[in-house]
Amino acid sequence: MTKSVLIEKVSEKIEGLTKNQTEIVVETVFDSIKKALMEGEKIEIRGFGNFRLKTRKPRKARNPKTGESVDVPWKKVLYFKMGKALREALNSD
Amino acid sequence: MTKADLVDAIFEKVGLSKKEAQDIIEILFDTIKQTFKEGESIKISGFGTFNVRKKLARRGRNPKTGEDLEISPRRVVTFSVSNQLKHEIEKLDV
Repeated sequence: MTKSVLIEKVSEKIEGLTKNQTEIVVETVFDSIKKALMEGEKIEIRGFGNFRLKTRKPRKARNPKTGESVDVPWKKVLYFKMGKALREALNSD
Repeated sequence: MTKADLVDAIFEKVGLSKKEAQDIIEILFDTIKQTFKEGESIKISGFGTFNVRKKLARRGRNPKTGEDLEISPRRVVTFSVSNQLKHEIEKLDV
């Protein structure tokens, strides 16, 4: 499912909200998450999951094509951990 | 950042009351959850993709007691960040 399909689905469920408004809502949600992450903040969406940045140590890696050794510097990566309610919703039969 | 901050952001951007903004946030995450329950992945361009993956049963260990146990088969949601956002994050100071 893409963002535009998600917007349509959400818009169908809410009376009195135009598709355009729903689009702004969905964009705002993901933009706000992105912005907070870039400021180093941890995001906790209760029942859904958490997003946070972790720092990866530098390491030596190899170019798989040439076999050449390359240095990978310190870097930040984004982690998502699913929330308890979501995990339970997906695993209840 | 929590859901309350998202509600505030929507309240400021769209002409909705706080209560309406709260409801729509719940509906948005419920819709996403429902999609996962159907086993479907969600791709948010410029952000990333959420995938639903099935894990088989496997042997595990309780790290506290050392006890052997079986980890039941389950479904998990994994997130892979979009290339665009990944590159923006990598540029941040460590």
